[in-house]
Amino acid sequence: MTEVLLNVMDGWPQGLQTLIVILIKITLILIPVMLGVAYLTFAERKLIGYMQVRIGPNRVGPKGWLQPIADALKLMFKEIILPTGANRFLFLTAPVLAIGPALAAWAVIPFTEGMVLADINAGLLYILALTSVGVYGVIIAGWASNSRYAFLGAMRSAAQIVAYEIAMGFALVGVLMAAGSLNLREIVLAQQGSILHWFLLPLWPLFLVYFISGVAETNRAPFDVAEGESEIVAGFHVEYSGMAFAVFFLAEYANMILIAVLTAIMFLGGWLSPFHGILPASAFTLPVVGALLGDGIHWFLIKVSLFLFIYLWLRATFPRYRYDQIMRLGWKVFIPVTIVWLVVLGVAIKVNLGPWFD
Amino acid sequence: MLSLRGPFMTQQVVFYIFAAIMVFAGTMVISVRNPVHAALFLVLAFFSSAAVWLLLEAEFLAIALVLVYVGAVMVLFLFVVMMLDINMAPLREGFIRYLPVGIVIAVLVAVQLVLVVGSSYFGLESFPAPEPRPAEYSNTEALGNVLYTTYVYPFEIAAVILLVAIVAAIVLTMRRRPHVKRQRPDRQVAVRRSDRVRLVGMAPEKKPSVRR
Amino acid sequence: MAFVTPDFVPAIPEIFVLGMACLALVVDVYITERYRLFTYQLAQSTLVASALMVIFLYPAEAVVTFNGTFVSDGMSTVLKVFILLVSYFVFFYSKQYLRDRNLFRGEYYVLGLFAVLGMMVMASAHSLLTIYLGLELLSLSLYALVALNRDSNEASEAAMKYFVLGALASGMLLYGMSMIYGATASLDLAEVYRVASGGQANDTLLVFGLVFVVVGLAFKFGAVPFHMWVPDVYEGASTSVTLFISTAPKLAAFAMAMRLLVDALPSLHGDWQQMLIILAVLSMAAGNVIAIAQTNLKRMLAYSTIAHVGFLLAGILTGTQSGYAAAMFYVIVYALMSMGGFGMIILMSQAGIEADRLDHFKGLNERSPWFAFIMLIFMFSMAGVPPFLGFWAKWSVLRELVAGGVVWLAAVAVVFSIIGAFYYLRVVRLMYFDKPEDATPITPGRDMRVMMSANGLAILGLGIYPGGLMAVCVSALGA
Repeated sequence: MTEVLLNVMDGWPQGLQTLIVILIKITLILIPVMLGVAYLTFAERKLIGYMQVRIGPNRVGPKGWLQPIADALKLMFKEIILPTGANRFLFLTAPVLAIGPALAAWAVIPFTEGMVLADINAGLLYILALTSVGVYGVIIAGWASNSRYAFLGAMRSAAQIVAYEIAMGFALVGVLMAAGSLNLREIVLAQQGSILHWFLLPLWPLFLVYFISGVAETNRAPFDVAEGESEIVAGFHVEYSGMAFAVFFLAEYANMILIAVLTAIMFLGGWLSPFHGILPASAFTLPVVGALLGDGIHWFLIKVSLFLFIYLWLRATFPRYRYDQIMRLGWKVFIPVTIVWLVVLGVAIKVNLGPWFD
Repeated sequence: MLSLRGPFMTQQVVFYIFAAIMVFAGTMVISVRNPVHAALFLVLAFFSSAAVWLLLEAEFLAIALVLVYVGAVMVLFLFVVMMLDINMAPLREGFIRYLPVGIVIAVLVAVQLVLVVGSSYFGLESFPAPEPRPAEYSNTEALGNVLYTTYVYPFEIAAVILLVAIVAAIVLTMRRRPHVKRQRPDRQVAVRRSDRVRLVGMAPEKKPSVRR
Repeated sequence: MAFVTPDFVPAIPEIFVLGMACLALVVDVYITERYRLFTYQLAQSTLVASALMVIFLYPAEAVVTFNGTFVSDGMSTVLKVFILLVSYFVFFYSKQYLRDRNLFRGEYYVLGLFAVLGMMVMASAHSLLTIYLGLELLSLSLYALVALNRDSNEASEAAMKYFVLGALASGMLLYGMSMIYGATASLDLAEVYRVASGGQANDTLLVFGLVFVVVGLAFKFGAVPFHMWVPDVYEGASTSVTLFISTAPKLAAFAMAMRLLVDALPSLHGDWQQMLIILAVLSMAAGNVIAIAQTNLKRMLAYSTIAHVGFLLAGILTGTQSGYAAAMFYVIVYALMSMGGFGMIILMSQAGIEADRLDHFKGLNERSPWFAFIMLIFMFSMAGVPPFLGFWAKWSVLRELVAGGVVWLAAVAVVFSIIGAFYYLRVVRLMYFDKPEDATPITPGRDMRVMMSANGLAILGLGIYPGGLMAVCVSALGA
């Protein structure tokens, strides 16, 4: 594909060619992400509906399939209301600050071995840095709204995100130790072999900590005290309407997908097929079945969907945590667990514990 | 010397853009009235310096700056600044009075700095630019290697300093006031049904007579 | 880069202190209030054991390890032994005082141990990096210790002042170090020495860095004109913490000055001698004169510290081997005397009362002749009255100044010492010739009585035979 493009642009300045190729790649990543976000909201309403023995949205389009489109249209045409006393510039910047990092992080995600926008060495660090910046959208939104509920939500969320970021970072240190690289592609490749080689098993506690912290980091149920409808109305975005609100919404769901993607890459072997080592090697050379059984982006999508399903499942199942319990879980449970497991992991690597570290 | 075409040109343009943003943000940090705005400008300054570091091929430092300062330190800083209701007027009272002295000192220091740190001592002649590293060179790995070998002793002391900071922060803020009720999460978790509810078996009393 | 696994043996005392500090921290969480004494005992036994290790590991010649960041030599060994000894006495003196004021918490000793660790790191630093890190470890622990008494506004204010000025001083020091690094392209002191004395480094840059380093040092020593924090911090902190700040850290600061000025930059001796002369004269003048006007004993001793720092700097600025030995002798003697002086305030402070005003010492002779005598020893020694130890300290510094050709400075020092003698002797007069305001006899515990007497008699005994300690200092620096 890239070759065709380069042929078309033959003779154009080198810099411009690179720029156009990159822009096209960005578009190719972002459109599916945005569609994914839109239909994730639909899936959420449907799934929770079924779990609560309801039907969920089924009016707009066949079986309700056009519901997200209708929602988007509605939000686009609503007025953006600026509260009195709000800081206009920051109020409007906040949604951008929320969605910017959520989308920028996708730059280093490898979908398959070759399909990645920026194959950089410090990919994992880049992800960590960007996810930690996302909190500014929330804080600034809460402060600029000049509203008590919004401010309370922002404060809660800031403390929560900072707390869970530490546990998350430590979990990623475990991944880094196991894979010996910060490059996400190499992290996946380090899990090659069979389903047993995935980091899920050796890093089991870190996996749990990472995913739960991810749920907390995205302010999702059961850690959604930042929004806490029943306590502080809707938290930091209570004053937002129309597109400004929609952008926050997009950012939240984009972050959810991002966490699911990262969990899949770091603990479930990304695009790797689970059948390696189980089926004979000849099975992978079969015409169509072989491609389906072998590595590929479809495995990646399946794994991501699994985690997204768990996200929704959690929301349908658990009551909201009390705030002090969230803090306790983050600081006093997760961080010690990760630190202890880092020591265990260090020992395991040192003694070349098979089948992962031999 | 430097050609005005090709990647050098682009790098220089990028450098000047980020450097200009950084200087602007730095100036705003000390000149805006609202402390929250000042903190946000500081974030901007950190970001632009991270970008300048990236240009210097110090990607680990750049990302660590964003991760630690922007992502954690400044968030807590904003947290505190937003909670405080700072009245800036009294803080600025002596401003005009101290201004002349301040300017004199600032100019003196600046002149000294320019004289000493200027290009005559730290110019390209005495410190030539290092060779660019190949693309697969990871300075994260290189840093890790020296930290845990050559500099292991200072590195460990730095870790102890952080430990002392934690101990100090907890000692200075955590006080158990004797007459304040506190939650004990461990007891809450460990609670059994028998601690809270007692099911009492009672023999049925006399069957109530149905009236009416 | 070739990496050699470092030789851990010379650093065993430091590693031990670190391990025990962490152990004490953890143990302290799990023991109840009744057994709090255990943390104290743990800290004390750590200090003793560590001191034994330091003595046992005394190197025949300087050993540099950890890739040039750590050195174990005569100076580091002697200073570490005295740091540990002084800290032992400090912890001991403060035990009852802290108990009386409900401050007897494990953190005091844990932070104290970390501060001791910082001082040990400073004493054997062999790189700009380790000097700075050791200093920060020490300072951070001290800030926290000053602020530990949270119910006292004075303590919080003192901690704040200490912290802000200390941070400023660290900044200065670091800035100067960065300049030195820029000029010599190395953090290793031996390498800095080689480049600087080989004339390969740019002198303007080095001197510029040196100015900032000296300013940072002066801040940490509390030399005039960078002394503003000393009286306020000494007065505001609870006496047990003042006792700590005024003793052992001075030994570490001396080590830092020696490492930076003498080990790394002797080639700039002409430059730093000028700066130290100014600091020394101002410190001796301001310290001794302002101390006369004080009514608070802690404040008075703070100014006396400033004056002593002036003397100490005078010893260093001679630039001769014997001058350094005299300065080292002075700083050790100062630590012992200051320990006794503040120890007496602690001893006089009964539960709830702070005996930190001069009036509290009125008529001490009637209340307790023995402790009045001990206090007399400390005061005479600080004033430099023969045959007490302080006299020999002053005398050796003066001798070196004359030998080094800075006779006028020696004369200035003598004049200010005579002025200074006035306020020390005033304390003695109050004790022996005034009527006590409160005639209750002083009844410290037996252990306190023994330790305090040992402290006082050591000053007297070493004063009669000063040769031993002096010989130790000379041989420590001669190695």
